[in-house]
Amino acid sequence: MLLNQFLLLGAILFAIGVYGVVARRNAVLVLMSIELILNSVNINLLAFALRNGGDPTGHTFALYVIAVAAAEVGVGLALVLLVYRNRRSIALDELSEMKG
Amino acid sequence: MLAASGLVAQNIAFGIVALIMIVGALRVVTTKNVVHAALWLVLVLAGAAAQYLILSAEFVAITQVLVYIGAVTVLFLFGTMLTRAQLGRATDLNNKNWALGIPVALLLLGTLVYVLIDSFHAEKLVDDPKDVPNVTTQQISDSIFRPYLVPFWALSFVLLAALIGAIVLARKD
Amino acid sequence: MIATAAPGWFLEHAYVIPLIPAVAFALIIAFGKRIPDTRIGRYTIPGGGSLIGVASMLGSLFFAAGAALQWIQYTDGENYVAAVRKSWVWWQSGGIEIGLGQQIDGLSVMVLLLVAFISTLVQIYSLEYLKGDRRYTHFFASLTLFSAGMLVMVLAENMVQLILGWEIMGLCSFMLIGHWWEEKANSRASLKAFFTVRTGDIGLLVGTAIVGLSAQKWITANGLQDQYSGFSIEGISRWALAGDSQYKSVLTWGAVALFIACIGKSGQFPLHTWLPDAMAGPTPVSSLLHSSTMVVAGVFLVARLYPVFFEGLRILDTNVNLIAVIGGITIIVAALLAFVQTDIKKVLAYSTVSQLGYMMMGLGVGAWTPAVFHIWTHAFFKCCLFLCAGSVAHSGSHHSFDMKKDMGGLWRKMPVTFVTWTISSMALAGVPFFAGWYSKDEIIDIAGGNQYWVFFAIGLAGAFLTTAYMTRATYLTFFGKARGAAAGIHDENHSDAHAPAPSAHGAADAHDAHDAHDAHDSHAGPHESPWLIKGPLVILATLAIIAGLINAPAFKIFKFEEWVEPKAMPVSLTGETIHEGSARNISVGAFGLRTSSEGESERKPVAAEGDGHSPTEGESGAEEHSAGYPGSAIEEGHLTGDCGTPGFVPAAGTTCYAPGVIHHEFEWVKALPAFLLVVLGFIISSAVCVTLYGKKRRPLAGLTERNIIARGLYKFLWNRYYLDALYEGVIVRGIAHPLARAMYWLNQNVFDGIVNGAGRSGRKVGEITYKYVDQGLVDGVVNGSGAAARGTGTALRPTQSGKVSQYGALLFAAAALAALILVLVNS
Repeated sequence: MLLNQFLLLGAILFAIGVYGVVARRNAVLVLMSIELILNSVNINLLAFALRNGGDPTGHTFALYVIAVAAAEVGVGLALVLLVYRNRRSIALDELSEMKG
Repeated sequence: MLAASGLVAQNIAFGIVALIMIVGALRVVTTKNVVHAALWLVLVLAGAAAQYLILSAEFVAITQVLVYIGAVTVLFLFGTMLTRAQLGRATDLNNKNWALGIPVALLLLGTLVYVLIDSFHAEKLVDDPKDVPNVTTQQISDSIFRPYLVPFWALSFVLLAALIGAIVLARKD
Repeated sequence: MIATAAPGWFLEHAYVIPLIPAVAFALIIAFGKRIPDTRIGRYTIPGGGSLIGVASMLGSLFFAAGAALQWIQYTDGENYVAAVRKSWVWWQSGGIEIGLGQQIDGLSVMVLLLVAFISTLVQIYSLEYLKGDRRYTHFFASLTLFSAGMLVMVLAENMVQLILGWEIMGLCSFMLIGHWWEEKANSRASLKAFFTVRTGDIGLLVGTAIVGLSAQKWITANGLQDQYSGFSIEGISRWALAGDSQYKSVLTWGAVALFIACIGKSGQFPLHTWLPDAMAGPTPVSSLLHSSTMVVAGVFLVARLYPVFFEGLRILDTNVNLIAVIGGITIIVAALLAFVQTDIKKVLAYSTVSQLGYMMMGLGVGAWTPAVFHIWTHAFFKCCLFLCAGSVAHSGSHHSFDMKKDMGGLWRKMPVTFVTWTISSMALAGVPFFAGWYSKDEIIDIAGGNQYWVFFAIGLAGAFLTTAYMTRATYLTFFGKARGAAAGIHDENHSDAHAPAPSAHGAADAHDAHDAHDAHDSHAGPHESPWLIKGPLVILATLAIIAGLINAPAFKIFKFEEWVEPKAMPVSLTGETIHEGSARNISVGAFGLRTSSEGESERKPVAAEGDGHSPTEGESGAEEHSAGYPGSAIEEGHLTGDCGTPGFVPAAGTTCYAPGVIHHEFEWVKALPAFLLVVLGFIISSAVCVTLYGKKRRPLAGLTERNIIARGLYKFLWNRYYLDALYEGVIVRGIAHPLARAMYWLNQNVFDGIVNGAGRSGRKVGEITYKYVDQGLVDGVVNGSGAAARGTGTALRPTQSGKVSQYGALLFAAAALAALILVLVNS
C-alpha cells in the first residue's frame, strides 16, 4: 500500500467536489458536492494517521469533520428550505440579491 | 508470502473501491436526477467507509456509515422531497457557465497531484500487514477527551448552534 | 544571588487585584440600579452602585500597595529576582497548555499600583462629575470592568491572558467613549476607536500565534516545557533572547505583527487618529484612558515582551529600531497637531500621543527603565490635566471644552484648578524637578548617550514643542479676557465659527447638551469645583511634583531602577542561574555604567571587546562602552553586561533572563539643552499667545487669513495631515472600488472568455484573444483609467454578480493558483 494511492484518491474526489460546487445550480446538489470534498479530507486524515504509526489524532479529527459535516448539512438544508419557501425555487443563480 | 498476499488483497480491494468511488462521485456531479445523485452519493460514502476499514480505522468507518449514510443521506432525500424538486430528470440542474468548473477543478487537481507525487513519490504506508498499527476506540476516546477536549467543546457548541439554527430557519411563521 | 525568602502573601496572591473589580462589575450590573441615593444630614450618599465601584478600586489599591511594599522588601539587596509566577491551567489543546495566572515582577507591580491608584481617584472624581447622568450605573460598571481588564492584562502570565485583558479594555473603551451615544458624533467616535484598535488587534492575534508557537517549539527542544508554556511571557522572552538563528525571521515577523497592535492601542503614528476622537467620552474616561490604562497598554506590551521587540524590530542590521522610529515620528507629528486644537481635551489628547511617542522612542533606543518610568510619571500629571479640563468644563465654562470660545481669565475664579493645572503642565513640559523631567530627560539622555543623535534631537524638539503648546493652552484657558461661557454668556449653539471643518469639533463638545446634571448651579457663572473634584486634583498635582523623586539621577536616587528594572543575566537552560554570590554593585556595573558607591573601578566594562551590534559601539571612551560579552557567563564573579543587548548570542546551554539596559551618568551639563529649550518654548509661546489672543494689540491676529504659508500650514495641521481623509476617502473608497472594478473586468473579460472559449473552435479562440486581450486589455486599461478619472459610477454597480457559483469558482481558482505559486517558488 502506498501513501499516495489514498492521497490521490482524496485529491480526485476533492476536484470532483469542487467541480460540483461550481457547476451545479441546484442548492441540494451543491451541498452534496461539499460532502464529497469533506470526505476526501477525511481519507487524507486517516491515511496520514496510519503513516504516523496509528496516531489517534487523525482519527479524532476525522470524527470532528464528520460531526461538522452533519451540522453543516442540517443548517444548509434548513437554509435551502427557507429559500424555497420564499421563492419557490432553489436555483442558486437566481439568488443574486447580494450583488453590488 | 502470506504477508505479501495480504497486501495484494488490500491493494485489489483499494483499487475496486476507489474506482467505484470515482465513478460514483462523477455521477453525483453530472447526473440529471437529484434523487439519483443522492443515491450515487451513498455509494461514494460507503466506499469511503470501506477505505477507512482498509486504513484500519474501524471506529471512523462505523461512524461514517451511521452518520453519513444513516442520517445525512436521509436528510438530503428529505430536502429534495420538501423542496419539491422534480423527482425525475431535470434539465436545469447546472449553471449556465458550468464549464467554468472544469478548468478550476483541473487546476486544483493538477496542483494537488504535482505536490503529492513530488513529496511522497512511492512512500509505503506499511511494509508488512502484521505491522499495521491498531488504533483502538479507547485510544481515540483518550485523544478526544484529553488533548483535544477544547475542540470537542467547540464542536459541541457548533452542533448546538446548528440545531437551534436549523429549527429557527426552517420553522414556519 | 537568588532570592530565597518567600515573596510574601500579597505577591503570591496578586491575582485578587483584578478579581475585586471584576466581581464589583457583576454586582453593579446586577444590583446597581436598585440602590437609591440616601441622604444623611447634609450629605447625599450616591446610590446607583457607584460606591461599589469606588470600594472595589480601593480594595484593589490596598492589595496593589501591599504587593508593591512586599516587592520592595523582596528585591531589597538582591541581584537577580525571578518573577513570582503562578499559573493554573485554563485549557489545553493538542499539547499546548494555556494558563491563567500571574507574573509579578517590578514592571507589573508598578503598573498594578498605578492603575489601581488612578482608577480610584477617577472614580471618586466621577461621583461628582457624572452626578445625575442618565446612565450613571452603567458608567460605573464599565469603568470598573475597564480597570479590571487593564489589571488582568498587567499581571498576565501568558499572552492569551494578556489578550483577554486587552480585549476587555477594548470593549469597555468602546462603551465608555460612546457613553452618550445618542449623539451621532459620539457613537461614531466610539466606533472609530473600536475599529482602529481592532485593526491593530489582528496583529496581536497573529503575532501571538507566531511567537507563541515558535517559542513552544524552542522550549520543547530545550527541555523547558515543565517550566514554561510557549505562550507564557517568560518563555517567549527567553526564546527571543536566546538568539537562536533558526528563529530569526519568525521573530521579526512576530514582532512586527505584535507591534502593529501596540501602534493601534497606543495611538502611535499611522493609527493615532482615533485618540483625539475618543475625547467624545466623559472627561473622567478620557483621563483614565489617557493616563494609566488603554493607551499605555501598547507601551506596556512592548516593555513586557521587550526581548521580542528589541531583537525582532531592528531595521536590517543597523542599530536603529523600528519602535524608536515610530515613536520619534509620533512625538513630532502629535505635538504639532496640538497647536491648532481649540478643544482643550484635544490638546491633551495629542500631548498624550506625543508622550507615548517618548515612551516608544525610549524603548526603541534601549532606555527601558526611563521609558517605563515615564509611564509612571506621565500617568499622574496627565490624569491631573484631564481632570482639570473636566473641572473647568464642569464649573467654569458650562460644559464647553472650547478654549477659544468659552474660556479665558479663569485663574482668578478657579484657583485650585489653575494651580494644579500649572503644576501638571510644568511636569508635562519637563521643567526641572517636576516629575516629568526625571523620566523624559533620561530618555533623551540615553538616546544621546547611545549615539542615536536623530532621536536625541527629536527628543529635544519634542520638549520644546510640548512647552509651547501647553503654554498656549494654559494661556487660552486661564488668562486673557473671559470669553463665552467663562464670562457668563451661555450660548447654546456651540458650533465653532473659526473652524474650517466644524464637524471635527462635534465629537468633543457635542455631549455638553446632554450633560444632564442640573444638580449644581451651572448657570451661576464660573466658580471653583466642589471637593470631590478638587481632592483628586490636589493629590495628583502633589504627585506630579514628587512622583519623580524615586528615580532622580540628578540626586543619585535610583530606587525605581532597583525595584523595577529586570536584572540582565545569563541563565542556564535548566532554569538555574549560573551566578551565585555577585554583589549588587557589581551587577549594576555590569549592565550599566553607573555604580552606586564604589566609584570608577566597577564602572569600567567587564570585558573590553565590543560586540558588533551593541548600540554603544563606536563610542569614544571605554568609560561609556557597554561591556562586550565574550561568551562566557562568568568572569571573575562578575555579571557580564551585554546579555540581552541586540545581536548578542549567549553561550551554548544558556539564555538571557532579561535584556540589558545601558545607563549613562547624569550630568547637569547634559540636562541643560533640554532646559533651555523648555524656557525658550515658554517664552516664545507666551509671546505669541499674548500677541495673538491678548486684550489690546493683536498684530499677529488673523495671520492665518492673511499669510498664505501660515494658512496652508494651519489647514494642513487642522485637517490632521489629511490622515483621516486618507483612511476614509482614499483607502476605503480608492482601494475597495477599483479593486471591485478590476474584479469585474476580470470577470467579464477573462472568465467569460474562458467559458466561451472552452466551447468554441480555435478560430474563435483567436478572435477572442484579439478581441479581449488586445482590444479588451489595452483599451480596457486606457479606457478604465479614463473612466476612473471621470468617476462614473455606472460601471461600478454590477461589479459583483451575486452568483454563488462564480464566487466559489473564484475562491477555488485563487486558492489553487496561490498554492501553485507557493509550491513553485519553494521547489
